[in-house]
Amino acid sequence: MIESILAGLSGLLDGSRYLVSQGLPNLVMLFVAAGLIYLAIVKEVEPLLLLPIGFGCLLVNVPLSEVMDTGGIIKFFYDIGIITEVFPLLIFVGIGAMTDFGPLLENPKILLFGAAGQCGIFLTLLLALALGFGKLEAVCIGIIGACDGPTAIYVTTQYAPHLLGAVSVAAYSYMSLVPIIQPPIMRALTTQAERVVVMTTINPTVSKTTRVVFPIVVTLITGLIAPKGLPLMGMIMLGNLMKESGVVARLTGASENEIANMVTLFLGLAIGGTMEGHAFLKAETLAIFGLGFLAICLDTVAGVLFGKLMYVLSGGKINPLIGAAGISAYPMAARVVQTQGQLYNRKNFLLMHAMGANTGGQVGSVMAAAVMLSVLKGMGLI
Amino acid sequence: MDNWTFGMTMMLVGLGGTFLTMGLLILLMKVLKKVFPLGDNAGRHNKAGR
Repeated sequence: MIESILAGLSGLLDGSRYLVSQGLPNLVMLFVAAGLIYLAIVKEVEPLLLLPIGFGCLLVNVPLSEVMDTGGIIKFFYDIGIITEVFPLLIFVGIGAMTDFGPLLENPKILLFGAAGQCGIFLTLLLALALGFGKLEAVCIGIIGACDGPTAIYVTTQYAPHLLGAVSVAAYSYMSLVPIIQPPIMRALTTQAERVVVMTTINPTVSKTTRVVFPIVVTLITGLIAPKGLPLMGMIMLGNLMKESGVVARLTGASENEIANMVTLFLGLAIGGTMEGHAFLKAETLAIFGLGFLAICLDTVAGVLFGKLMYVLSGGKINPLIGAAGISAYPMAARVVQTQGQLYNRKNFLLMHAMGANTGGQVGSVMAAAVMLSVLKGMGLI
Repeated sequence: MDNWTFGMTMMLVGLGGTFLTMGLLILLMKVLKKVFPLGDNAGRHNKAGR
């Protein structure tokens, strides 16, 4: 009798015993989880993602937790949504439904900012290779520079799943820090004369038919050039077609709200589930965070420098600040440009132009990932 | 393939490919705006109304 009571009590103490003997990494990660939850609740940093990620991290790091073992709840979300890549793709449908390509269609050449804003991906890839990461790992780290969470998750799940936690947390954290990271770089790279350039207002010139045909044609063209990225571009354009056609308001609404919300919850928990202490706490995780930060800085540098080039080529009609919006953090990057522009010229309204560059950044990030995947396939690496 | 060759190939073909595709999309947008100018929907509505 006493023996069975002691055995029962021993079972209750197993977790604490594990924590003391080999649970230091889990303990550290419990603090990390608390930090993520704190950032989400108190600082409101990407709360939709960081709260479930933080809680998933907490669940998986409780000693002897079975949530990521076969049959565990988070393992279930991971298997059905991350391994199959369904979650990031469903989120893309929602993003497409929320995106207005109008400003971009009004001024198509602004799409080039969306390409320039992806330079950070490729420069970071080179740096990651120099630091000793494998080829596919370097690609997944570079993709943080897309400033695009779902794209980073989609690519990393396929080619470096062991880096998924670090890459996705870095991607979402830095996306939320865009208003802090970008302004100093924008100021450092532009002159006062460039920052005060007033860009003319855009008159509406785009018909509804153009808006409806655009997502279909983009899907076909990008699918032909980079078929490996077709699911990414296809889903974002499906969402946009539903919105622009106006005939499936219920589906559009569901994509923007119910589906996106539900998937965000499951996705966050599943990502948090990959942050188990023994697997996560490595020097390479710190390196990934450092490289991710560099990637977003380099994107901004390339975007603003490209803006300066456009400023010269246009005879001073383009404000180089809008180059900083050529990343995928939508609409945050566009708002940063508007705020910075108004700091130097209160009568300057750059928002619509910046929104165009920002949606260009969304297309650009997906396109860059699609092109990279197709190039990797061409080289026989995937 | 060594890391340097791989990295430079990705840089040149990847970034170049992205710029080229975006250039193509710009042309496409301009064509779409020419083929379906603003007012085509209004025109159609008017005809339907007659």
